[in-house]
Amino acid sequence: MAEPVKLIGTFGSPFVHRAEVALRLKGVPYELILEDLTNKSELLLRHNPIHKSVPVLLHGDRPAICESLLIVEYIDEAFDGPPLLPIDPYDRAMARFWAQFIEQKCAKPFWMALWLNDGDKREVFVKEAKENMALLESRLHGKRFFAGDTVGYLDFAACGLALVLGVLAEVTGLSLVGEDEFPLLRRWADDYTSEETVKACLPPREQLVAHFSGKKDRIKLAVNAMACQM
Amino acid sequence: MAEPVKLIGAVGSPFTHRAEAALRLKGVPYELVHEDLDNKSELLLRLNPLNKTVPVLLHGDRAICESLVIVQYVDEAFDGPPLLPTDPYDRATTARFWAHFMEHKCSMPFWMALWSGGERRKGFVEEARENLALLEEHLQVHGKRFLAGDAVGYPDLAGSYIPLMLDMFEELSGTSLMGDDEYPAMRRWVKEYNSDEAVKSCVTNKKQLAAYFRVKKDKYKMMVKAMLKQY
Repeated sequence: MAEPVKLIGTFGSPFVHRAEVALRLKGVPYELILEDLTNKSELLLRHNPIHKSVPVLLHGDRPAICESLLIVEYIDEAFDGPPLLPIDPYDRAMARFWAQFIEQKCAKPFWMALWLNDGDKREVFVKEAKENMALLESRLHGKRFFAGDTVGYLDFAACGLALVLGVLAEVTGLSLVGEDEFPLLRRWADDYTSEETVKACLPPREQLVAHFSGKKDRIKLAVNAMACQM
Repeated sequence: MAEPVKLIGAVGSPFTHRAEAALRLKGVPYELVHEDLDNKSELLLRLNPLNKTVPVLLHGDRAICESLVIVQYVDEAFDGPPLLPTDPYDRATTARFWAHFMEHKCSMPFWMALWSGGERRKGFVEEARENLALLEEHLQVHGKRFLAGDAVGYPDLAGSYIPLMLDMFEELSGTSLMGDDEYPAMRRWVKEYNSDEAVKSCVTNKKQLAAYFRVKKDKYKMMVKAMLKQY
């Protein structure tokens, strides 16, 4: 009998989403345990003592697996089902390279571009965010998703971008892209969020908008405080 | 017939070492193409336009960038001893988790402890030592020669900057990272890593690294000082 799978996550996190969509695409039944990250549970701190973050995957009674992209690779390898990463080693290397690019180079400029008060500082990050988007746009030529015709590893790795372009643009009133800019990326964001399996584990858009609107002031405070030290 | 393999790398680059050691461990013949990072070649800039740095692996006409992406590629594209365990759980928890730790949590404080000075350095040294303690605990509990098993593998390559630099740490920074009787499992791991035949055979070896860093020491210290002034 299959061992139970639990995913410790939090509402609205693109990192948690990566793990969740991977489980769904692979057809793995799981229980989602939602954390309040301002009041972390003993369960989370016990299973991820080093990073203390979500997502965390619990498979049976094995010690936890942490870090969203590592969890995705684990799900791909430990369970039967459609492959989440490409099969060819070179294609796998490209997927990992671009996922790393998104993690290391994209997250910060996008986040700062959305939430900074200082217009001049924000402009610098908007410019950087747009340069990154141009690179990602070029990866979508002739393809519906980064992986091809169906969603895969790099699409989930980039899911935060879909959040930025959609929900967060609405919450902040700031669109990082003009109406005629990056058409492939904008189409990708729509296609990704409406894909059947992805949609099944995404909260309704209104809920996400409400969630981030509620946190808006707190996020702005934290981001601008951080920016003062820079 | 096997497609030619070239590794574009630089002396003094611990990232190049990761890729080179992976090729050697896997038994893949390759040509090392030396890059002068102060005068980057057109080849490098064409093959790695995004980051403009080494290492870059060329397998036939395929270019792969980013040292840890290269290590995983080498493991998957070529036959030879596996660099990651075969069990999916061990791959995720020991190999990939500790490689991620070495790259994303351990690396910055280690290098900053090496090149920074004064009060700021104390903070980095403390953080580096906390990370060493976590690694020590893992090695002791896991009870293997290396981070994910009894042979050099992916997480060891990710953390290879530690065994490569540790001897020189005090000489270069003027401060010690660990006392002689501290972190015995880490010390053993460092020794095992440096004694591995494939690692020793790498062209980018410790002597060259030591010479390189002695020359570059002041430049790196200045760069870090300028960077920290902004924070």
